[in-house]
Amino acid sequence: MGSAFVSMVAAVSSRSSPEHCVSALTYIAWFDAIGLGDRPQVGGKAASLGELTRAGIRVPPGYVVRTAAFERFLAALERVAPVRAAVAALRCDDLEAITACSRALRRRMQEAALPQELTLDLAAAHERLLGAHPDQPVAVRSSATCEDAAEASFAGLQDTYLWVRGLAATLERVRSCWASLYSVESISYRLQHGFPEEQVAMAVVVQSMVDARTSGVMFTRSPTTGDRSVVTVEGAWGVGSAVVGGEVTPDRWVLGKITGEISVRDISDKHIQHVAAAAGGVEAVAVEDERRRVPCLSDEELQELRALARRIERHYGRAQDIEWAIDRASGAILLLQSRPETVWAAKDAAPVATPQQDPLMHVMSIFGKPQCR
Amino acid sequence: MTRETAAFPAPSSLKVVPGTEAAQAAYPYYMQFTAADDQRFWFYNSMHFPEPMSAFDMVTAEAAYCALGSSTTRVHCIPTTLGIDYRIINGRVYIGGNAVTDPAEIARRTGEFQQRAFYYYANWERLYAQWREKMLALIRAAQALPKLELPEFEPLEHVHAGRGVASNHQLLDIYQKTLEGYFRMWHHHFEFLLLGYGAYMTFFAFCKKAFPEISDQTIARMVAGIEAEIFRPDEEVRRLARRAVELGVDAEFQEGRTPQVIMAALEKRGAAGRSWLEELATSRDPWFNINVGDGFYHYHRSWNDDLSMPFAGLPGYIASIKAGESLERPIGALQSQRRQLIQDYRELLGSEEERQAYDQMIGLAHRVFPYVEGHKFYCEHWYTNLFFNKIREFGALLARHGFFAREEDVFHLTHFELEAAIIDLMTSWSNGSPPRGPAHWPDIVAARRAAIAEWARHSTPPALGPVPEVIDDPAIVMLWGITRESLDAWLRAGTDAGSRELRGFAASSGVVEGPACVVRSVEEIGRVRTGDILVCQITNPTWAPIFQKIAGAVSDIGGSMSHAAIVAREFGLPAVVGTGTATSRIRDGQRIRVDGGRGIVTLLS
Repeated sequence: MGSAFVSMVAAVSSRSSPEHCVSALTYIAWFDAIGLGDRPQVGGKAASLGELTRAGIRVPPGYVVRTAAFERFLAALERVAPVRAAVAALRCDDLEAITACSRALRRRMQEAALPQELTLDLAAAHERLLGAHPDQPVAVRSSATCEDAAEASFAGLQDTYLWVRGLAATLERVRSCWASLYSVESISYRLQHGFPEEQVAMAVVVQSMVDARTSGVMFTRSPTTGDRSVVTVEGAWGVGSAVVGGEVTPDRWVLGKITGEISVRDISDKHIQHVAAAAGGVEAVAVEDERRRVPCLSDEELQELRALARRIERHYGRAQDIEWAIDRASGAILLLQSRPETVWAAKDAAPVATPQQDPLMHVMSIFGKPQCR
Repeated sequence: MTRETAAFPAPSSLKVVPGTEAAQAAYPYYMQFTAADDQRFWFYNSMHFPEPMSAFDMVTAEAAYCALGSSTTRVHCIPTTLGIDYRIINGRVYIGGNAVTDPAEIARRTGEFQQRAFYYYANWERLYAQWREKMLALIRAAQALPKLELPEFEPLEHVHAGRGVASNHQLLDIYQKTLEGYFRMWHHHFEFLLLGYGAYMTFFAFCKKAFPEISDQTIARMVAGIEAEIFRPDEEVRRLARRAVELGVDAEFQEGRTPQVIMAALEKRGAAGRSWLEELATSRDPWFNINVGDGFYHYHRSWNDDLSMPFAGLPGYIASIKAGESLERPIGALQSQRRQLIQDYRELLGSEEERQAYDQMIGLAHRVFPYVEGHKFYCEHWYTNLFFNKIREFGALLARHGFFAREEDVFHLTHFELEAAIIDLMTSWSNGSPPRGPAHWPDIVAARRAAIAEWARHSTPPALGPVPEVIDDPAIVMLWGITRESLDAWLRAGTDAGSRELRGFAASSGVVEGPACVVRSVEEIGRVRTGDILVCQITNPTWAPIFQKIAGAVSDIGGSMSHAAIVAREFGLPAVVGTGTATSRIRDGQRIRVDGGRGIVTLLS
């Protein structure tokens, strides 16, 4: 199948730059061509990666399969039998019907042929991304168009497929992401919240896979105190899925955001790590005894992460939760995702202090109860 | 231990060390514990008085608390606190606060406070300039006190001039002026101090609320001055190192040579050597009037009294200059770093409102801080040094007349007793009989010297009496950093004495391992080798010249705003201060790890 695609896209691949591809490919957008404003067409995750790329922050290169591709695919399905109307007709308390409908729709999505213009665009983009090494692994990640807070509730929308090799497997995973919109959980959620079906769409990110030596998350506001002047970094060996999935207790550091001073170093026993599996995807393997209690980041790397955290936070103008990875071969730090912090932002209420007409009144907080002069 | 049952030993359960009862009785009655004191909470002021106080040195506690209390109770009328009460047992000074808790009284005092303290804040620069003039006048007056003389016959010119008052009276006059000047100096010391600390604490508390995980030292760096007087003595040592190289006499400065040997060698070097000695003389007045301790004990001598401290720094600085390094403190860069730090934290605040409040508070902190930093040189160092040296002159005079063996023995008399001894000598000079003192004082001095040594061997509880639920006295929180949390830590400390860790204030971040050099007095600083971790009782900026060669510093006493901490930060050295027990628990040469960011010292070997 791969060779057939190569011949199909020969004309496209002769083009000289990604910019050309972007203008030519209806269903694809490159990270450096999109920003937060493109969210409705590329989803939140891709918009954020685009925004970071444009800000000059190192992100694994990739493209996004725009929501237009999903719409095009869905239109083809709708011509055969209703999709959106079938979901809209369901009752939210009829789990049996929802399950049956989900199963049917997901099977259709996995089995239906992709419209040719979609396949062409994707093949062209994939070739452009991987160049001379078409079997290099990629990560395929869903990129939903709904708001952040709600996004988390669409459990099915958080699909991420790692170490996907070759165009054919990539296309399969793109379909899987689309199909996840029709999981029982997703459908139920939309029905319960009266989310209109015609607005349901999904973009999919396809990105070079980082073979991570170490990966993790960092918070530009302390998760424990809400302090804006520290960066909390958590990391473990291997791919970040082990940390995100709670399978390993990460090492944890707290750094002064401005000063770089490291006030907390909690080095944990990192007994497993996620690495590439031979059959694609990742697998958990035991960490060698001598590395289990070794810090997974050097002080230099921590300072680099801190600088990156500051830069990203400044770019967005608000606190961020950031996923990162360190490339095993080059040692480079790569950004995988950045989301606005929401927990403490929601708690911010009264200011710590307000300006006083007479600035001297501030000292009454130390010397006695404030009173009018 | 739960909070309900938490209590330190009652004062009445703390006994005078057997055999030292007479020495204890020497302290005035108003410093002795009585049964009524059991109802109150007291803590050992180990920050200012870490060693047993000799009878004379108690004058520092008397004068300081008299002046501190006047300021808080009656001059500025701090709404929530009166002054500090103090007692002494086994040479240890215990203090207790006098909080104001009645809301009506707080309100009344608030009105007074705002008319007084706010006037000071509003006119700070003018009043501080006036303060310097007053302080320099006081110093000049102390310097102008005549030498002590008891000639066989009154000088003829006194008689012909019709002076009418004989030389023996002059002794009493000089003594009383010396003592009066010291009590007066402490009033100057506290004229601005609480207000200064209060303005700083206001900003500090704001930062801790806005940035719960910010370190004390970061806040200190935002406020601390770059060109404070306290850096000046060390800058003078650097200047002298530079001049030694420029004059080509640097080869004379070798580690291990005493200042006397070096100066004698320079005399022999002709014009260049003498030029350097002249440079030394200009540095010495006034900048070497800095004590090797906090200036609260008579034996915290100044650089001028003992040149070994500044001379200890010269070989290292000379080596740096010859290696092409600049010893200039990069004032401009330090200032722009401070500005940037303030700006960066400001930007992190949550709202424009908070930023405006931040600007107001740091503005006030910057306004008051030159006093907070600058007063020490004039008060605790320069003046205190003049004072103790004048008392030393009386010691020498009395020793010459057989009152005791050595001039230093004078510090075993209280200031009341010293006046009596002087009057004894005056009487003897006037009536021709031998003085009574030589038969009276030597045994007493010997007993008191033994008592001090004995007391130093006994540890003393960090606090006495019932533990208050909250420490609501701003003076105590501000000056001693004592909070309910630190009291709990003290209560716990008794149970983990076997641990390999010591905790103190995180004074300057960084982690370092190395051999400890435990230095108990300034005479020992020649032992400090490059790469050692300095372990001492008090770190003090006067020790700055040896900071260039050490790898880290640990002290028994001091807070994160102590000047030692500031100097350590400037040298980029990991430092933990205020451990309480470092010099007694760490052995000389023992390998230790200093984690200056967390305030932890670990014993490794």
